[in-house]
Parts: sequence; C-alpha cells; structure tokens
Amino acid sequence: MARNVNFDPNHHYMEAGLESPMDEEGVHNSFHELIEEQTQNGGLSEALELQQLQRDFDEEGRDSVAFLSSPGRERWRGRQGQREDISEDDEDQLDPLIAERWSSATLRILSSMPSRTIGRSRGAIISQYYNRTMQLRRRRQSRPSIRDFSRSARPSIRGYGVETDGMEADNVEVSKRDHLVNNLQNLSVSDRVRMLRAMPLSVAEKSDLRRLALQKERRSFSHSQIPCCSRLKYYIIIAVRQSWYSWLSFLHSLQLWQVALKTVSGRFGTGVLSYFLFLKTLLFFNLFLFLVTGAFLVLPQAVHPPPPPPQGQVNFSGLELLTGGGCFSHSVMYHGYYSNFTLHKSCTDDDRLHNLSASNGTGAGCASKHLSYNMPLAYFFTIGMAFFITCIILVYSMSKSFGQSFRIDKSHSILAMKVFCSWDFKVIKKTSVKLMSDNICTQIKELLAEVNHKHDKKTVSQRLWRLVVHSLAWSICIGSTIACVVAIYYFSDYMHEDLRSRASSPTKYTLLSEARLLALPVVVSLINLLLPGLFNAAAWMEEYDSPSVRTYVAISRNLMLKVSVLGILSYHWLGRVAVEPQNLGLQCWENFVGQELYRFLLMDFIFTGLDTLFGEFLWRLFSEKVLRRSRRPVFDIARNVLELIYGQTLAWLGVLFTPLLPAIQILKLLLLFYIKKGSLMMNCQAPRKPYRASQMTTIFITLLCFPSFLGASVAVTYTMWSITPSSSCGPFRGLKTMFQAGKSWVAQLGKDNPNLSLLAWVHSYLVENPLFLFLAAGIFLIVIYFHTQVVDGQRKIITLLQEQIQNEGEDKKFLITRLQSIHEQKRTSNRRLTSQDTAC
Amino acid sequence: VLFYDCTYFTRKEILRLFYRYRDLAPQLVPLDYTNQPDVKLPYELIGSMPELKDNPFRQRIAEVFSEDGEGNMTLDDFLDMFSVLSEMAPRDLKAYYAFKIYDFNNDDFICKSDLEKTLNKLTRNELTEDEVRMVCEKVMDEADLDNDGRLSLEDFQHMIVRAPDFLSTFHIRI
Repeated sequence: MARNVNFDPNHHYMEAGLESPMDEEGVHNSFHELIEEQTQNGGLSEALELQQLQRDFDEEGRDSVAFLSSPGRERWRGRQGQREDISEDDEDQLDPLIAERWSSATLRILSSMPSRTIGRSRGAIISQYYNRTMQLRRRRQSRPSIRDFSRSARPSIRGYGVETDGMEADNVEVSKRDHLVNNLQNLSVSDRVRMLRAMPLSVAEKSDLRRLALQKERRSFSHSQIPCCSRLKYYIIIAVRQSWYSWLSFLHSLQLWQVALKTVSGRFGTGVLSYFLFLKTLLFFNLFLFLVTGAFLVLPQAVHPPPPPPQGQVNFSGLELLTGGGCFSHSVMYHGYYSNFTLHKSCTDDDRLHNLSASNGTGAGCASKHLSYNMPLAYFFTIGMAFFITCIILVYSMSKSFGQSFRIDKSHSILAMKVFCSWDFKVIKKTSVKLMSDNICTQIKELLAEVNHKHDKKTVSQRLWRLVVHSLAWSICIGSTIACVVAIYYFSDYMHEDLRSRASSPTKYTLLSEARLLALPVVVSLINLLLPGLFNAAAWMEEYDSPSVRTYVAISRNLMLKVSVLGILSYHWLGRVAVEPQNLGLQCWENFVGQELYRFLLMDFIFTGLDTLFGEFLWRLFSEKVLRRSRRPVFDIARNVLELIYGQTLAWLGVLFTPLLPAIQILKLLLLFYIKKGSLMMNCQAPRKPYRASQMTTIFITLLCFPSFLGASVAVTYTMWSITPSSSCGPFRGLKTMFQAGKSWVAQLGKDNPNLSLLAWVHSYLVENPLFLFLAAGIFLIVIYFHTQVVDGQRKIITLLQEQIQNEGEDKKFLITRLQSIHEQKRTSNRRLTSQDTAC
Repeated sequence: VLFYDCTYFTRKEILRLFYRYRDLAPQLVPLDYTNQPDVKLPYELIGSMPELKDNPFRQRIAEVFSEDGEGNMTLDDFLDMFSVLSEMAPRDLKAYYAFKIYDFNNDDFICKSDLEKTLNKLTRNELTEDEVRMVCEKVMDEADLDNDGRLSLEDFQHMIVRAPDFLSTFHIRI
C-alpha cells in the first residue's frame, strides 16, 4: 500500500482531546447534525472511503484508520466523554453499541451506509428508482434477468460505486437524474405513470421529471423520420388513451354514496364502514345479474307477450306486493310466463297475433328475413352464464383480498403493529377520536398484561370449568338450532297439508287464503332474528382467549343456523313441492317456488327493517331512561353481514324461478342502506373491541362464495339436471329436464348443419361423459397441491432470510466495534508517542 | 394532466381538492393557477380542516408533506398529501410516508424517544411511564431486525407488510 501514514493530523487529535469536557457544542448528539454536515460536504466521499476501507481491511487495518480520519480531521470535535469511559471498557463489551461512545468519524461512516441513506436525500431516492426503472425496462424487453424485482428499500451498492469514480457529488446526482429521465422515456406510458406516482418525491419534483421525460420524447419524436403508418398508430394510441381516461373519470364520478360513507367512517371507523362497503359490493353483483337477465330474458318476452290465461284478469289488490301472487303470477316476473317456443319478430303488422300463436319448434310464419329468438335455450344459457360469470368474479375478488390479508409467517410483532397501524385516520369526529384513543389505550394495556402474564398457567380445575361452560354454551346453540329446524320441517309439512286440503276442496279465492302463505316466511324470519340473540346470551357467559376467537365462534354459530334453515327449506321446495306438484293442485310448481322465494326475501327485509328501526331505537331509550347508562347499543357487524349473505343466497336461489328477483333485491339493498345508516347515526356507538377490517372482509367474501353461492348453484344445477319441469307452464314445458333444452339444441345443430357436427360430437363426449369431469377435477387438485408446496417452500425461505438478516446485523455490530477499538488504539498509541516525544 | 400523472386522483377529484384548498383562504388563493403563483397556506389553516382537526398527528403530517418542513403547504403539497393518503396509493409509498410521520426528530430513524412520543399521542398520555417504557422495549424487540436499537425504514416496511390493516387505516377520505 503506497499510502503514507501521516502522523501530523494526530496533533489535532491531541489538541482537540485536551479541550475541556464542558465544551458541549463539540459533541455530536445525534445523526442529525452529522447529516447536515454531510450534505454540505457531499455524502459520497465517505462512501468511497468505506469501499477503500473494505478493500484495506484484509490487510492491516491500522493504516487505514489514519486515512479514514484525515478528511475528517479538520472537522473533528472530539468526543470528550470517551476519556472517562475508557476505564469502563469491560462493561462495554457487553453492549458496545451505545451511540454516545462512538467517535464522530465512526458516526460519519455509519451515517453514510447505504441502508441509512434511504429517504434522506433525493439522490438516494432517484438512484433507487433508476434501478427500479432499469429492472422494469429489462423485464418489459423480456431479456432474462437474474435479479427479480427487489422489494427492499436498499439501493444497490453497485448503483453507488460505479459512477462515483472521479465525479463530484452534484454531478453524480444530476447524471443520475438524467439516467432516470432516460429510463422513464423508454418505458411505456402506463408504466411511466405508475412509476411516477409511486415515487416518494414531492409533486414539484415529479412534475419536473415528467416534463423532462416528455420534452425529450417530443424532441426525439419530431426529429426522427417516422413513417406515416406508425404515426397513425401513435395517434390511435393517444386517442384510445384519452378516451380511457375520460371513461375512468366518468366511472369515478358515479361513485355511489360517497358522502354517506364518509360520514359513517368519520364517526365509526373502518370496521363499520366495511359493512356498508360489503352492501355496495352486493348491490353491484345484483345489478349485473339484473342487467343480464333483463336484457336477455325479460325484454324479449315483454315485447312478445304470450296469450292471456283462460281464467281472465285478476284485480290488483295491495296484498300482491307481499305475497307475490294474484295479478303478479301471470306476469314477466315468474318462470311460468315465459314461452317455450322460438319467438319471431313479425314481418307484417296484421299477422302479429297470428305469428305469436305459432306452434313449437322452428320457423312457422314468414319465410323471408325474420329475427328468431329461441326462448328455452336463451333461458337456459342466460342463467348458466350469469352464474358462471358471478362465480368467476367472486373467486377473483376472494383470492385478491385473501392475498392481501394472508400472512405467511405467524406474526410476532403484535404490539408493534398495534402502535403503528391501529390509528384509523378516517375518523374525524372529536368524540369518536377520543373513544378510539381510549380503545387503543385499553388494547395496549391488555396486550401488555397478556405478554407479562403469559406464563400464568391455568390450574386444571379452571381449565375443566372453562371446558364445561364452553360445552354447555355449544350444546345450547346446537340444541336450539336443531329444534328450530325440526319446527320448520313440521310447520312446512303442515302448510303443505293445508294447501293440499284446500286445493282438493274447491274454495273461493279469498285474501285470507293467500295471506296464509305468508305464515312460513314470518316464522323463518322470526327464527333468524331471535336465535342470534340467544347465541349472544350464551356467549356472554363464556370466557375466551382473545376477542377475535369470540367473533369467529359467533360467526360460525350464526352460519350454522342459517345454513341449516336454508337447507331444510331447499329440501322442502325441491324435494317435496317440485317432485309431486299435483298433490298441491299446482299447475306450475316453479311459479309457486318463485313466489315463496319472493315472500321470503320480502319478509326478511321487513323484519330486518323493523328490528333496526324499533329494536335499536327502543334499546337506546331503554338504556338511557331506565338503566341510566350512557352506553348505546353497539352495531354488530358480523351479524348484519351474515344477514346480508342470507338475503343474497335467497336471491341467487330464486333467479331461476323469478328472473326479476335481482331487481327486488336491488331495491331492498338500497332501502336497507338508508335505514341502517339512519339508525346507526341516531342510536349506535362505535364498537369497543378491536376489529380487523381486512381479515373480516376476506372472511365475509369467502362466506359469500362458499356456503352461499356454492349452495345456491348446487341447488340450481340439481334443479336443471334432474327435476322435471311442469308440463303446462314455463319455457321448458314438455321436456324431461331443463338441461335437455341445451342437449336438443346441440343435436339439432348437428343435424341441420353437418359442418357443426364436430361440436355435437365434442359435446356428447366431453360434457356428458363423467370421465372427463373426473380427469379435470384430478388435474385441478394436482395443481392446488403443487401451489401449497410452493407456499411452504417460500415460508422456509422467509425464515432463512430472517436468520440471514440477523447475522448481517451481527456482522455490522462486529465491524463497528472493531472500527471503534482500532480507532481508539490508534489514538492512545499516538498520545503515548507524543507524550514520549514531549517527555524526551 | 400534470397533476393527474403525478397523483392518484382523477381530474374531477383534483378540481374538487383545489376548491377545498381555496376555501381555506379564498383571499390568498387565486382561481387562476396557470401562472403557477407561489402561494403557501400557513399551518393553522391546514390544521383546521375537518379531516385533520382532531387527528393527533396532524402537525407531523403537515410537516412531512410541506416543502419547508414547517407545515405551510402549497397546492402541490396539499395534493401530494391527500394523494398518498388516498385509497389508491400503494403500500410501499404509504409506508415510506408513515415512517416519516412517526419520526419526530427527522433523523430517518424511529428511536425510543420517537416511539414514546407516538405512543403518547395515540393514547393521549393515558399510559403510565412504566407501561410506556415496557411497550417501547417490546416494540423494539419485535420490530428491530438488525438490532441497532432503532427502527430503520426497512424494519418499518418489513413490519407493515405483515399488517394487512395498514392500507385501510392509513387512509383519509376527502
């Protein structure tokens, strides 16, 4: 090493070291002052030193220390405190990282380490984003890149080292900026916008970067000789982009209920807001369903109404709205209204009626151009497609929210997350803010207590007692559920008998007889309302480890109730009514089932509304006046969401029988929103228990997909596959099963058009053959297994990486203390030398 | 278009935010921004907005997003602040600014004193000294990966990745 070890600077050490300890201004207390110094100096010279230090460390480290301190020697204001602490060397070995003991030179080195310059200087951010844009460019150009997209905030050392040779700090930053601008230009527009938005720089700087990027692009654009067809392409792309932006702003302007959601979140926080967001999601699902069925089923049939029924028109009376019967039964609302032949658009106006009473099957009427619309096929395919697309959307949103909230490794940092992530910035109202502070305080105290007393083991008798209480509560819940299910079974049986007896004896149609049909829905809604209260009471006496376990248990009990109720009702409709409709004197069992579902939906809405309006209102009055407590009722999010899911299941069950049911569900959801919001504002208070909104939302979407949608689609598939449609109404009359409509169409297609016989062959061998379905299911299972193995492997990699980070931390500690000890040795040896000199 | 590319807002929302900004001080803010006037609203006005009025971190938020570090915001700073706090901003960006907000002494680390201040602001000084100390120690234990006694941005981001609620709580609706 050709460097001279210069002892002259040590004079300064000596002199500085002899300064009085009272000289406080010389002491560096924090990185803050160093940072200021350093930004004046230019931070990269120290980085250079660091590299050289790393190179030299293999050789003797001593010489480098002198080199190390030489640039800093004119600035060094010694740490006087170190004088006294030298005697305490032994103690420091235990914890050598106390900051006050480091020399300022060491501090300077530390503060210029790459991991610590993140976020401090614009230069660091720019270089980091230069690297990211570089990686993005490489990826887009599909050149194989070994590095994958780095999630860490560290800029690579390479980014620092390469360009610093012989350049000054300012130039480096400017050239880095130019590189970044260059990269930004070469990205596609959407990538560029995404990069710009995600940069943690101020808007002014971002706009500068953007201006530079666009400027250069424009310059290069005008200078080069672009052939006219690619210029046309650019214009088209620009036009498409502009229209896309305007479409996006249009969508954003349609934001439903933005002000209402803001007031709710401002007062009650994210948890309660998630209920209203879930309601909004359900509304969009129903809107989609309504548009599909409306466009393909209701509209064509409404334009070509079938001949009116023989018994003539029934007058409208108010009860129709509740029972769905009466004059509604022969309307576009129900399955039975739809024609089972191909509809034709009339070619001549006089023959309109004539055409419509055409026979089954294909083209009677005008031979010349006509639009034909095969109603049974349309019905079958529309319902099938609607369910399929809903399934895809549900699975997609479920997996997206699952990905966001799933934590691969078990979290250890509960308290840290509570401190940093629990403050809900959406809450605006002063009293709510105070409440939130109190809640967080309580939760932190509870967590501390839990952490401190974790080793408190429960005695055997306590655990036994807890077990007894839990089993008692569960037996109450399961027992009451079974009792209610049996009650519904017998009551529906009784109604069945009642209907049968009235059908056999010719009684006149009276209002009362129709109203009797409402009895079953009322009973079921009452059960749905009262039993969760019983479950809450049972849970009140239980003791849980954590509030989230309590919530999960409550949800599962509620879910069990709703699933069993819906199960028994489906059995009643599909297993009893559909199989032998003649016993009930029903011409059209699908109409009956559709009406039942309409009644159930309506009763559910009425009871929920009444419970919200009166229940919460009365409870608040009661607790204020009688109990004299200021505690208002708490909005039970889980229970309300489960009620929404129940209603949505009914809607999905009913789409096959009542194509207009989604419209009624939309109305119901709209009214429910305003009722719930009004009652919330007037009567309720924010929940006190911690509520993990994103986890809960994931659970609710999963519940919507799995028991709810799956159950409904299984029921609908079963209906289409094996139940005989009624012979006198509906688009499938005369067929053995509804599925046959599709089958016969494919067969017909094959017969009519020999070119398409391949399709018929494919259909008969793939869709109808169970072997194919088994194979497909097997392949899916294998793929899922493969993915779970990948996730396991990633979990292991995460633990390995964590260990590696810890080891790096140890390395860093070691290096810092070595640096420090070498520096001190040097200092003491120099002092000894100079004192020897002076002594001589 | 300029603001549209640099923030997460649509054109309509940017206009709406501009009117909100103007409403804070109509006599200071001109309607015509084409000449890019240099207008800064003092912190007192920003802190009096209903969305920020009762937030214990409002001063830090304003300081972090303002150019001069004192809380006086130009329109650019205002838009930047609400863009980062909107629901479309990605997690890394939010984590970066949240780190800066919780770093009270601006030394790019969350040290024990920063933690203590954060805790006191969260709980309105209701925790005892002992409890505060214990919480700070436990948080350092949990989150400090490289064991240097402070939380760096990487430690913070690593912790945020495991907290799915962060995206929904670090969000102001405007």
